[in-house]
Amino acid sequence: MRRIILTMSVIAGFFAVIAGCAGCGTKPSDSAAGKKSAVVVWHWMSDREEAFQELAKRYEEQTGIVVDFQLFAPSEAYSNKVRASAQTNTLPDIYGILAETRDYASFIKAGYVADLTASMQENDGAWQNTFFKKALTMDTFVEGNQFEVKPGIYGVPIDVTNIQFLYNKDLFAKAGLDPEKPPQTFAEFIEAGKKLKAKNIQGLVSGWGEIWMINCLADNFAWNVMGKDKVLATIKGDVAYTDPDWIKVFVLFKEMGESGVLASGMITMVNKNAEQTFANQRAAMAFNGSWCVNVYKGMNPDLNYGTFLPPQVSKNNPVVLWGGAGSSFKVNASSPRKEQAIAFLKWLTAAEQQAFLAKETSNLPANKDSLLNIPPVLRQFADAMQYAVHPSQLPYNEYPRVVEAMGKGIQLIIIGQKSPVELAKELASLKSEELKRAQKQ
Amino acid sequence: MKMNLNLNIIKDYATSYLFILPALVIFLVFGLYPFIQVFWLSVHSWDGISLAKDFVGMRNFVEVFQDRYWWQGMWHAGYIAVLALTFQNAVALILALLVDKGIRGGNAFRVIFYLPPVLSGIVVGLIWSWIYDGNYGLLNNVLTHMGLGNLARAWLSDPKTALICVGIIHMWKGFGWGFVILLAGLQGIPRELYEAADVDGAGSWHKFVHVTIPMMIPVFVLVIILTILGTMQIFDIIASTTNGGPGYETEVPVTRILASMLGLSRFGYACAQAVVFGVILLVISMIQLKISKSMKQA
Repeated sequence: MRRIILTMSVIAGFFAVIAGCAGCGTKPSDSAAGKKSAVVVWHWMSDREEAFQELAKRYEEQTGIVVDFQLFAPSEAYSNKVRASAQTNTLPDIYGILAETRDYASFIKAGYVADLTASMQENDGAWQNTFFKKALTMDTFVEGNQFEVKPGIYGVPIDVTNIQFLYNKDLFAKAGLDPEKPPQTFAEFIEAGKKLKAKNIQGLVSGWGEIWMINCLADNFAWNVMGKDKVLATIKGDVAYTDPDWIKVFVLFKEMGESGVLASGMITMVNKNAEQTFANQRAAMAFNGSWCVNVYKGMNPDLNYGTFLPPQVSKNNPVVLWGGAGSSFKVNASSPRKEQAIAFLKWLTAAEQQAFLAKETSNLPANKDSLLNIPPVLRQFADAMQYAVHPSQLPYNEYPRVVEAMGKGIQLIIIGQKSPVELAKELASLKSEELKRAQKQ
Repeated sequence: MKMNLNLNIIKDYATSYLFILPALVIFLVFGLYPFIQVFWLSVHSWDGISLAKDFVGMRNFVEVFQDRYWWQGMWHAGYIAVLALTFQNAVALILALLVDKGIRGGNAFRVIFYLPPVLSGIVVGLIWSWIYDGNYGLLNNVLTHMGLGNLARAWLSDPKTALICVGIIHMWKGFGWGFVILLAGLQGIPRELYEAADVDGAGSWHKFVHVTIPMMIPVFVLVIILTILGTMQIFDIIASTTNGGPGYETEVPVTRILASMLGLSRFGYACAQAVVFGVILLVISMIQLKISKSMKQA
């Protein structure tokens, strides 16, 4: 009998532990022990953690409301956590979504994201009007969007970003190039690369092992070569990738590969390595986002550099660059503290707090009234926001398989393993498969 | 009397089962349930977020069998597995034999050889990326100093060398495991067998062929199975060196599964890939075990 009682006790203890553990993490909003009714924010931005904590402290002093910023890094781990939490309905009051627009749309359609349109537009759009116009477009779903999301604004941008070319002024001078006159056209860019190579200086470095960065430049060139309408027609399936304009875009990468303007090994390089290479002055040019200002400051505070727009290929269409909201927060649609969460985000995106974030983290603020006292290079990025577009702002998005094949194919074009025509044919065939599959579904 | 006995037996069994219940529950929750879930998801179309999961039957599996990049990845992993089975294990065996012979500093070697396997794959990948770097890499530097500068290249970005370079990193990181297991196997061989072979006038080579190898067969089988399973699942080194590139030249099954899951948001398809991959590994292991059994009997 004693043995059975002992056994039962062990089993009961075991299930008690399991039950206890099951409670852990199910309610993120209660995890700040002792903090009454805290608004919980999940984020992945380790470089901004200190600034966020400071802002949370100030907000509590001003309003008495506790905000609990919880950092989950790296971003891949954060992204997985958010997806898993969505499945178990344990998302916090405020969180970010690190994913493509189609995934963002899935979050909205599944009811995990609150529609913020009413809050943004109250008082004649007072909150909405504080942002750069392009900052909000990534969180805005328009009427008739391909994802069939109810039109509205679903996120609050914390910062904006764009991706440009950067150049090392000292290395340019060393190669006999004018440090105040970076290349503007594609021909000038190739010429600069040759001059740098002649002085044994590597040209362009970028994290093209992460194919999204290659696609980013390919998109820039495509918009410039054929214009927005034709790019959209291609995505829609009305223009084939075998069109001469697309082949021209791929030929640009072939030319870059052959001219020696690209740094050695960059097609398999992750962006972190590329950033180190540029910061350590081992390459004269980089293709990177505005977040790099903070990164380079940490790696080499004395780096003397400037920015320039993607080199122009055609005069028929404007030069564009990838850009829009950098990081943005969403409000959990089923949060019991939804109103408090929205109020906090209004405060966080007000000019004073945005200026603080910009100063502390060297990121471009989303609030257009908080650009005072930003570093000169960051100012150049801010000025370039007028040229920024982002694929997720477009009414149609390309199929992920086509996007992947394009990035991988361009890698092979650069090293001469694939011709532009071969890639064009491959993409056309893949696109046709995807269109057929979409029709079946 | 008999009834009492039966009751006691039932009680004993019940008590025993109660004690294994916690382990069973853990296995069911964290082992069997996810396993079933992967199978279930593999016959659905799901983006990993939406509430709806559409049943698609065997369509995902049909697509896996038609996915050339998936099979290219399998081929790459198989290629690295063959490299590891031959070169990595040969090096591990030679080193194990040397340490077993009692060379000076044997204990230090044990520690040194065991260091690479305990390092993080990401760290190892990054260190080797610097070695293979096209401009400032150690390898190119050494080649240039040896007058072989014409061989210098961006090793990880060249399709001719990228896969083999990744394979070398994997072998460097993995040979320590084989070394430790093989050394343990060698030290488990009764010394009397060698003494008897000495009495019979056998030389070193004959002792190796007729004593060491037959006695080591179970250990070889274990090392071979672990090498194949470990290599086929290679991921972290690829992620930190080539990210599957250039193009698809260093893609392996796990990078393709991850690409389907997170890059393409096709969780159902990724699960189908995982199921196919799991079945392939299971078949390889079973063939291996069958061969080892027949070798033992022989």
